[in-house]
Amino acid sequence: MIRATLKSLAARKLRLAMSAFAIVLGVAFVAGSYVFTDTIDRTFDDIFGGLSSDVVVRPDLPGEADLFAGFATGTTTTIPSGLVDEVADLPGVERADGDVENQSFFVLDSDGDVMTTQGAPGIAVNYHDGPVADGAPVLELVDGELPSGPGEVALDDRTFEDSGYQLGDDVQFVGTGDDPRVTAELVGVVRFGESGSLAGASLSVFETGYAQQLFLDGDDAFNRISVTAAEGTSAEQVRDEISAILPGDFEALTGADVDEETASAIEEGLGFFNTFLLVFAAIALFVGVFLILNTFSILVAQRSQEMALYRALGAGRHQVTRSVLLEAFVVGVVGSTLGLLLGLGVAQLLKTVFGAFGLELAGGLVLQPRTVVISYVVGIVVTMVAAYVPARRASKVPPIAAMRDDVVSTESSRRVHLWVGGGLTLLGAAAMATGLFADVNDAALMVGAGIFAVFIGVALLAPVLATPVLRVVAGWYPKAFGTVGRLARENALRNPRRTAATASALMIGMALVTAISIVGASANATVDKALDDGVRAQFVVSNAVGQPFSPGIAEQVGQVDGVDEVVSVRMSGGLVDGDQTFLQSFDPVAYSRAADLELVAGTDELGPGQFLIGEDQAESKGLSVGDTVRLQLPGSDEDIELAGIYAQSPLLAGGVVVSQQTLADGAVPSLDSMLYVIADDGADLATVQDGLKAATADVPTVTVQDQDEYKQQSRDQVNQLLFLVYALLGLAVLIAVLGIVNTLALSVMERTREVGLLRAVGLSRRQLRRTIRLESIAIAVLGAVLGVALGLLFGVSLQRAIADDGLEVLSVPGGQLIVFVVLAAVVGVLAAVWPARRAAKLDVLRAITTE
Amino acid sequence: MTTEPSSPRTAAHAVDLTKIYGKDDTRVVALGGVTVEFAAGRFTAIMGPSGSGKSTLMHCMAALDSSTSGEVYIGDTELSGLNDKALTKLRRDKIGFVFQAFNLIPTLTAKENITLPLDIAGQSIDKEWFDNVIATVGLADRLGHKPNQLSGGQQQRVACARALVSKPEIIFADEPTGNLDSRSGTEVLSFLRRSVREFGQTIVMVTHDPNAAAYSDRVLFLADGQIVDELADPTAEKVLERMKGFDAVGQQA
Repeated sequence: MIRATLKSLAARKLRLAMSAFAIVLGVAFVAGSYVFTDTIDRTFDDIFGGLSSDVVVRPDLPGEADLFAGFATGTTTTIPSGLVDEVADLPGVERADGDVENQSFFVLDSDGDVMTTQGAPGIAVNYHDGPVADGAPVLELVDGELPSGPGEVALDDRTFEDSGYQLGDDVQFVGTGDDPRVTAELVGVVRFGESGSLAGASLSVFETGYAQQLFLDGDDAFNRISVTAAEGTSAEQVRDEISAILPGDFEALTGADVDEETASAIEEGLGFFNTFLLVFAAIALFVGVFLILNTFSILVAQRSQEMALYRALGAGRHQVTRSVLLEAFVVGVVGSTLGLLLGLGVAQLLKTVFGAFGLELAGGLVLQPRTVVISYVVGIVVTMVAAYVPARRASKVPPIAAMRDDVVSTESSRRVHLWVGGGLTLLGAAAMATGLFADVNDAALMVGAGIFAVFIGVALLAPVLATPVLRVVAGWYPKAFGTVGRLARENALRNPRRTAATASALMIGMALVTAISIVGASANATVDKALDDGVRAQFVVSNAVGQPFSPGIAEQVGQVDGVDEVVSVRMSGGLVDGDQTFLQSFDPVAYSRAADLELVAGTDELGPGQFLIGEDQAESKGLSVGDTVRLQLPGSDEDIELAGIYAQSPLLAGGVVVSQQTLADGAVPSLDSMLYVIADDGADLATVQDGLKAATADVPTVTVQDQDEYKQQSRDQVNQLLFLVYALLGLAVLIAVLGIVNTLALSVMERTREVGLLRAVGLSRRQLRRTIRLESIAIAVLGAVLGVALGLLFGVSLQRAIADDGLEVLSVPGGQLIVFVVLAAVVGVLAAVWPARRAAKLDVLRAITTE
Repeated sequence: MTTEPSSPRTAAHAVDLTKIYGKDDTRVVALGGVTVEFAAGRFTAIMGPSGSGKSTLMHCMAALDSSTSGEVYIGDTELSGLNDKALTKLRRDKIGFVFQAFNLIPTLTAKENITLPLDIAGQSIDKEWFDNVIATVGLADRLGHKPNQLSGGQQQRVACARALVSKPEIIFADEPTGNLDSRSGTEVLSFLRRSVREFGQTIVMVTHDPNAAAYSDRVLFLADGQIVDELADPTAEKVLERMKGFDAVGQQA
């Protein structure tokens, strides 16, 4: 039996390749995701590994290390230089060097543009020759000399190469100081670490005094102390020794701990990316299951006579099942192997793309044994699961029935499909609804499992749904295309299960695309509505990637002719009653002139130690005016009092609002995230905008936008994300297209004699191709119609579920959905190209005499 | 309608037709220079043992297969110079087919199968002629059925009706009764003969069954790719007798 199976496999290389392709793509995505994230991990381990000195002293921050990373530059709490000397005098300490560090000091190239890519930090440090834990210096001078006084700077070699500056040129910077513009003479070029890779960031090095002047208001203080242990003393010993003398708001850690913390924070951030890719890999594999299931079903149907012969010759049912499963196993192994190789290619491609966007990953790809194991397990299991149903069906073929001529595989009862499919659909819908609307743990998992169950349920129902839908989709064919149309319609209808399974693959991709497009359109509509209804300020000054900027900009903007008022909005993270919380900070009185803010309780006179909150949040937390919560910031830990409750608005999303003084008292750097600019009554807005642009012209990190531009920017951000998702879902659609190609090609093979007969009685090659093309379009449009219908359901429920969390407006992009269906028809045409050509090339005589 | 008796016109003919399969070691001469004429309005049967070339002859004559050398004419049209498009059109407009099995498109009804060549060509159906043909095959009450709802004999009669309805120059029938029981076979053969007698249709039928051949006007005997004999106004007995002779020759050789 085994040898017979392998022989039949070899004889069906092409079909094998087609069904393996789905596995190849799915596994490639899985393997690619792992290889790529492992490569990222390695890169950051390399960059941050061994970067710190033996022991590091720094201000003690509440919460996890990355809590404040997204908002500002950490804390304004500094270490007085006296403490550095104290530490240096400890017996186990060889030396202690004070570090000055800033993450928002951006280099402008010789054309005046910001050098770092969006999101990557502009790092500035002071220079000292203290060694890292392994004794090597962090920075190595490669050209010129080290900065030795005010107005001098050294750049890292990569930034230097791209900047267009020469040694001796004046380098332009934008920082977050009161005067954001800084100029310094380029005196040297340094190399960072061994690889020189900074993963897209820039590094500017200054003399210590000058760095203190730039970043610490000239105080003789530091952000950090790098401590080197004396001979024979361990880092842990030194750490404990220092901890004993440190004031409470500072902490000492070993360099190794700091490195690990930094690397893992970054990896956690990028881990999201891994999850994201794996979700798409799962979708691709899920769609692939349909392709494999269908391919095996057709192959088994075509071989039912062969199977029956084996059965008649005495092979047991299990042997027949096993032979199909063995075939699937071989397909799985081959597919996984190729998928793994392709996955390496995918990872390399991602690496190249990241490199092109400035996030350079040094070194080769990382292939861990875990990746190999997962790839094979996923590939083989998925294939065998998909092949099990056809295998079981094959074994059920009664020997005598199959050996008669013209036997088609037994269609399992529609009733079973209806009940199981309907049941799964309802169950999935219930799980989805619970996850979306009820307050449960693991809501995302519930929703995901629900969607998964609905897909399977509807796929099971699809053969029943297919007939009526196809009658509409392809019903007009005979009228429009005559006999060719009738043949196409009847071919699409002749095996509803096969047509439906083929269309189901496309349905999944289409449903997800539709749901995402609805969420995207709703997001855009919500932003539009929020801005239309909620914002009265005519202009917005912001940073495209949300990085905070110098308060000096608000001052410059305020002096522009025609500007009545500038409202500054600041953001920070913080712990509220121990939970990580996003904080906004502004003067509510001024803010309510610029944007919608309506108090429903309390006052909008917001003092230090007080806060506002949205009414929904107040209700869910059970807060009323006068209640207090505990707020922990980098430099403070105090109870703050609820001063007022504001009406829900999409702009503020109900979050906690504190005064700017509260943030400053908590040692959060006083940097603005956004400015609302209100023009004088009757001022000419175009003139005001020109004035604003001129005032911020020398600060390329911020942009001035009127409401329409601001709206467009938000919309562009949403759309960018949408396109990324579409591109990834494109993979699922591609697999679905392959499914159509496969089904058509196999159907054509199955109908070889029919094709021969049609050609014999005068059907031209062109007419034959058109017949297949029309059938393909019918399948594709069936998938698209089912998919769009499901997607509408998903998208609308998703929007309803998060309506209160900032997706208030439902928008169904009708035109776009029609475009999807039309695109599906085009997909159908493309999928038919190869099967149609194959059919047309069939030799008439040979086709008609095929057994 | 052409209901006159046989005319002297030639519906199809071949001149020195050869067909060779394979090369060198695997070279098989299926037809070794066959010259033959099929008169219009006549029912010709081609007989011969397996491998005699009878099917190949029919396939070459019917524009289903290309010849290695020689000329094939359907009416006045010579086939070897035609491309696939022209051949397709020729089969559609000038030739009717009845195959041994799998004659019908399973997704189409009997009526749709019958009018298929006309529909493909986009020609309108001659209602009177259609009714006439249907009445002759006796399928009037079966027109809305799909092939799998018809018996084997009914299926073959539908195939015959399809071949007739486009009024082709010539109909080629390849073992049309090969899969039928004798009663159904008789029905189909009687119908074929009637269409020759009454409608003046030209039919060429390949068969190995002497009883089937007996329905024809003329029997051609093929052996080893050559026409070795022919018999006018055959009966089953006469045919059988001739075939015995060939078998004996074949066995001696």
